[in-house]
Amino acid sequence: MSHTLSRRVLLGGAAAGLAAPAIAQQKAAARLVIVGGGFGGATAARYARIHHPEMEVTLIEPKTRFITCPYGNLILDGKRQLGQISFNYDGLRKRGVKVAQASATGIDAAAKRVRLDKGAAVAYDRLIVSPGIAIRWGALEGYTEALSATIPHAWIPNDGTQIMTLRRQLEAMENGGVVGFALPENPFRCPPGPYERISLVASYLKKHKPRSKILALDAKETFSKQGLFQDGWKALYGDMIEWVPGNKDGRVARVEADRTLVTEFGTRHKVAVANVIPPQYAAAIARESGLVDKSGWVPVDPRSFEAKAAPGVYVVGDATNGAPLPKSGFVASNTAKHAVACAVASLKGEAPPAGLYFNTCYSHVGDDYGISVVGVYRPSETAFVEVPNSGGVSPRGDLPEQRKLESGYADGWYASIAKDMFS
Amino acid sequence: MKLAYAVSMFVTFGAFAPSALFAAEPVPLSAQGCVGCHGVRGTGSDPTPRIAGRPAAEIVSQLKAFASNQRPGTIMGRIARGYSDADIVAIAAYFSAQK
Repeated sequence: MSHTLSRRVLLGGAAAGLAAPAIAQQKAAARLVIVGGGFGGATAARYARIHHPEMEVTLIEPKTRFITCPYGNLILDGKRQLGQISFNYDGLRKRGVKVAQASATGIDAAAKRVRLDKGAAVAYDRLIVSPGIAIRWGALEGYTEALSATIPHAWIPNDGTQIMTLRRQLEAMENGGVVGFALPENPFRCPPGPYERISLVASYLKKHKPRSKILALDAKETFSKQGLFQDGWKALYGDMIEWVPGNKDGRVARVEADRTLVTEFGTRHKVAVANVIPPQYAAAIARESGLVDKSGWVPVDPRSFEAKAAPGVYVVGDATNGAPLPKSGFVASNTAKHAVACAVASLKGEAPPAGLYFNTCYSHVGDDYGISVVGVYRPSETAFVEVPNSGGVSPRGDLPEQRKLESGYADGWYASIAKDMFS
Repeated sequence: MKLAYAVSMFVTFGAFAPSALFAAEPVPLSAQGCVGCHGVRGTGSDPTPRIAGRPAAEIVSQLKAFASNQRPGTIMGRIARGYSDADIVAIAAYFSAQK
């Protein structure tokens, strides 16, 4: 029963002189179902229970433990352990979220049902889908799922195996080895993430294996916070890091099992440890439910995050085709709240509330050295529009106090957003 | 000068804005960006300062000072310039009412 309908029943009953409390007890709660328990989904579940306690909230997530992508890079230089970036759903359960530990395998938007892997289905009045990304296996020659066991991508945390494999390979590498990165074309999850990773691998190497080098082979010519990262690399790590852009033969076209990265012009780089961040697209549930367009990402109404292909289905997070909104955890969390508000408005027959979307991505470049990019966005009918004269990156220059403060603020952000998801 | 202007603006709006906003929207969506760093309900997340319970006029004046670069900030200037006067009033009303 929809919220609108139950309100009508309630009002009609009261007008007819029936006892209002009895009618209220009969009222079926509107059912908000959420697919995916990450930054978007967990935030949506928590926010919905706090601000719209009249709704029944079900979160569908197969994993019992969520490991964040943000702060995964800090495992590589030893500043964080896996347990410190792992969270469970007990906090959400205590708030009354029904956590269905299952995989969503399909969405029937016409019947308003989500199919689960165990054969069951969950009915909804409104659906929020925040499924994240999948690796586009086959898009990069030679880089198979099997090979990712020894040449990790470490770009989807899952159970933590990928990032820990990379960490152990760095530990096992001899001093003087070359760590090779293969970096993708846009768009991909967490635009500054690969460059934070390069930074923190350099931080580890400088302390433990200072004769080692980093070779970063990039399909792109530019990247997020580029000037700031490159300033930091030079200041902190000297000439340890060589970044090769796409127009200087940086585009990796093939990966070989002996850790040889082959560029599009055939240059062969055999490295001691390789991290391949491959091309990506929206997670399977979004693709297999017909939510994506030919780009592989989900187009949404910028005012509401309702999927263009499925009324009543709101899609947030990295799976969306949301540029210029970055594919960041902060954006997923922030816009998930907006999607909940829009779903509630829709149940009441109201227009979506005015959108105001916010992002800050901090990156660690080294010890006490943080940088950031800020974006504030409002929707038009057809696009996400950055508010003119706002946002942007940290100032460049020799600003140690600024870098130290931002490093601390990054830690504050991580603790804060984790609470906003799971507490 | 600008600071005084900001405070007086808030006083002008302040008489009606919080109750009107609270009726329509208990937690303004504009304030949701803030909690990402400043903590749930603005209660702080070390070293990011607590803003819950600060006087609304102070929150307005500080955001305006950041936006105009009158108060130097590591990041808040870039953020504050993205928000309208009405957003700032709503943000201030919300966080000033938190404990």
